[in-house]
Amino acid sequence: MTTLTEPTPPAAHAAPERRPVLTVRDLTVVYDVEQPVTAVKDASLELGRGEILGLAGESGCGKTTLAYAVNRLHQPPARIAGGSVVFHDRDGTDVDLLALDDEPLRRFRWSQLSMVFQGAMNSLNPVRTVGAQLDDTLRAHARMSRAQRRERSADVLTRVGVDPGRLRSYPHELSGGMRQRVMIAMAMLLEPQIMIMDEPTTALDVVVQREILREIVRLRDELDFAVVFITHDLPLLLEISDRIAVMLAGEIVELDTADRLHRSPAHPYTRRLLGSFPSLSGERGAFIRDGSEAVGDEEARP
Amino acid sequence: MTSVHVTNLTKDYGLRSGLRRQTLRAVDRVSFDLVPRRTVALVGESGSGKSTIAKLLTRLEKPTSGRIDVQLDDRTPVMGSVYQRHVQMVFQDPFASLNPFHTIEHHVARPLRIHHRTHDAASTHARVVEMLERVNLDPAEQIAARRPHELSGGQRQRVAIARALAPGAQVLIADEPVSMLDVSIRLGVLNLLGRLQREDNLAVLYITHDLATARHFSDEILVLYRGRVVERGPADAVILDPHHDYTKMLALAAPDPDRVGGVGRGGDTAVARDAIDNSVCYDHGLGAWVGIDEAAEAAAATTAAAGTGARGRRERVRG
Amino acid sequence: MTNTGPDVRVAVDGPGGPIEAPAPGPAAAADLPARPGGTGTRPRAAWRLLLPSMTPWLAAGLVLVAGVVLLGVVGPWVVGDPDAISDTGLAGPSGEHWLGTTQTGQDVLAQLAHATRGSLQIGLLVGVLATVLSAFFGIYGAYLGGVADEAFSLLSNVFLVIPGLPLVIVISGFVPRESRGLWTIAVVLALTSWAASARVLRAQTLSVRNRDYVAASRLSGEKPWRVIAVEILPNLLPVLASQFVYAVIAAILGEAGLSFLGLGASNASTLGTMLFYAQNGFALPLGAWWWFVPPGLVIALFGMGLSLINFSIDEIINPRLKNARTARRRARAAQRAAGRTEVAR
Repeated sequence: MTTLTEPTPPAAHAAPERRPVLTVRDLTVVYDVEQPVTAVKDASLELGRGEILGLAGESGCGKTTLAYAVNRLHQPPARIAGGSVVFHDRDGTDVDLLALDDEPLRRFRWSQLSMVFQGAMNSLNPVRTVGAQLDDTLRAHARMSRAQRRERSADVLTRVGVDPGRLRSYPHELSGGMRQRVMIAMAMLLEPQIMIMDEPTTALDVVVQREILREIVRLRDELDFAVVFITHDLPLLLEISDRIAVMLAGEIVELDTADRLHRSPAHPYTRRLLGSFPSLSGERGAFIRDGSEAVGDEEARP
Repeated sequence: MTSVHVTNLTKDYGLRSGLRRQTLRAVDRVSFDLVPRRTVALVGESGSGKSTIAKLLTRLEKPTSGRIDVQLDDRTPVMGSVYQRHVQMVFQDPFASLNPFHTIEHHVARPLRIHHRTHDAASTHARVVEMLERVNLDPAEQIAARRPHELSGGQRQRVAIARALAPGAQVLIADEPVSMLDVSIRLGVLNLLGRLQREDNLAVLYITHDLATARHFSDEILVLYRGRVVERGPADAVILDPHHDYTKMLALAAPDPDRVGGVGRGGDTAVARDAIDNSVCYDHGLGAWVGIDEAAEAAAATTAAAGTGARGRRERVRG
Repeated sequence: MTNTGPDVRVAVDGPGGPIEAPAPGPAAAADLPARPGGTGTRPRAAWRLLLPSMTPWLAAGLVLVAGVVLLGVVGPWVVGDPDAISDTGLAGPSGEHWLGTTQTGQDVLAQLAHATRGSLQIGLLVGVLATVLSAFFGIYGAYLGGVADEAFSLLSNVFLVIPGLPLVIVISGFVPRESRGLWTIAVVLALTSWAASARVLRAQTLSVRNRDYVAASRLSGEKPWRVIAVEILPNLLPVLASQFVYAVIAAILGEAGLSFLGLGASNASTLGTMLFYAQNGFALPLGAWWWFVPPGLVIALFGMGLSLINFSIDEIINPRLKNARTARRRARAAQRAAGRTEVAR
């Protein structure tokens, strides 16, 4: 296992120019099983307003656990063992998320920080229309008249590139990409300041994935929310993120701008991840010499 | 050495919705050859029919029409129960393709025993260990005694490869062999397949949705769209100089580390799906567009011509 | 969906969606101690996966079942002749007769031991017969698919909608009393109780049959019977066990009901016949509780014990139940730990 010489303070380089919207300090999450496992270890990051922060890592590295813990959506046996998560509201107030009571936390969750999960498109209720499900979210969180709610639902669907006429459709009448767009619309309904997306496009075909990524970047430009984008697909992150955090065995081993991470990766693991993706247009066979088939590279994973 | 000639392979599925019966053509007149030491990549999205082709080639399903001719160097046809000794497959999901109840040894030993490669327990065990060592599973003795859940995804996929090669297979169908694995071990497994191919003179069909690995690990690429081949040719030509709208769309959509910050700039991929015409195919070998009907006739003619000679006894696969 | 082997991809599904947990598999595998030879210790590990984990409920179930089985197996040798008639009729429990006597002065404890043996015999017999029938029609049909599956499925559906007890009463009444032995009753009960299990097994088989490892074994040239017996069956064992236990409970209850109605086996003494004689001897109006309570209690406790065992088997079939239980336990432990630290402050 490789360890970083010292934890990189994210502010040291590539500090977001604008005021941050979320600050995570030394967050540690432990799975309380027979032999407790530290899934996230002293993770620190700062999310700038309107920034797309990529979180890269492989299965079991703790990236999903980190995302859930930020929102306190983690479930036992996971437990936050230390650290702080502070949300900086638009109006200047700071909210300590780890200290929130249940009810304020519930109100906070979807309205300020929403999430899109990997299999989200399959979590739509199959027997209710898309419109009804969007309406539910609005009713639970906002005081709006029926007409206002309908208008808002139609508006978000249009924004994600789905015809508002689809409000009356049932989930099975939509394609996978379309359903994922509906989920993104649902996450945007209450105009949150942060959206956490956990592998939102992994289950989709490349062309659809590309369209949705484009949509996310465009919406970010329009609405200025911050995005934490979690995936194992580093080339994809390089394309869409402002900054990228690379996680290995629960620790953030490198955090830098996408550009610098691509050109001069500091951590050996980042270099290895980058080397795992053959270039589509680059020289043929160049990577095969680097990509060792030795089993050692696999076993080296902690 | 074994090679495979696929001629106008077609597969229809019957769909029953209420009283109406519809047929869905999953694979439509696909032809290609698999020859020793060469890799053909089938590229396409989900639903393009690429996994159906794998099932047809491995005889897990029967084709509706078309021929799959497997023959040895001396043109002896391969048929009947011997077929499985020659054509084997590596499945996509290493978590599902090994029986959680059995040891690794069982998975590799069964094909050895079924195809009479070994005849007693001691030689089977020795052979299993040898196979595991070939796929870089070390220490092989201990891994043979383990169960699938004790291994990582990459290790399981190596076991699956060992199992596929155990009967002495000469033709390997790899159906998305690395898409379920962690990114940092994918190249390792692909390079392993490459080495085994060189050592054993394997003919490999590499089925994938990933253009980049298709380009680097195969000699020839067939791009499938809705069951039909829309572009075919040498790997570099297809990827670097795509002609068909669909191939262009795929190439533009694929993430490329050399295109930083390009999500908005990667060119406009917004070709309407309905505008994509899968009745024509660009053949880089001919350097020309070919209609599907012409291509099918040409393939049939080639096979018929070859069939009049010593290949006359080639097996006919009926639907 | 069931999965008998613990999967490496640990995912806890909750209202918030899946939570990725660090997979203990590969890491644990990497530092496993070297196993000598590598062949001697194999089978145990596989069977361990199929055994339920010990819980208070399972322990209680096992104790109950063991107690009743002991009574039925060892009891008859310890107690005296159940048919011996003495002159102390309808006496309450005493030092001489621990559970009192019947109207004709027979020892209730002796009768109970023999009756328990009879009931267990019939339960076991029916359990085996029903399981074999359901396994054949459920698993084989589902594996073959096509017409065979349709036919087997139709057959089990027909048997499913036949009202069980009335049919049993009719058949039992039809067979003359003298030829109505243990086997007849067992066959009748088995015939009316296999269908539901067959449907469950069919559904399970359909799901297992479509897994890649079954395709892989077919691909390597395995014969169909080997694919069923070696690749599919082990993954159905927990379901089979659960269906077997359920069949035993149903058979003992069904037989008790038949015997109580006087339609039971003529040559066997079971808990049902005991209740039948207690009823005929006016045990209830006479207040002779020691005559009818023990057999009733044995039936109830045995049924309860088997049900408790069945719940534990269910946890193997559906690991989610187990995860929920483990999570609840950990939450309680965490609460207690939190309480302690509060007090300490």
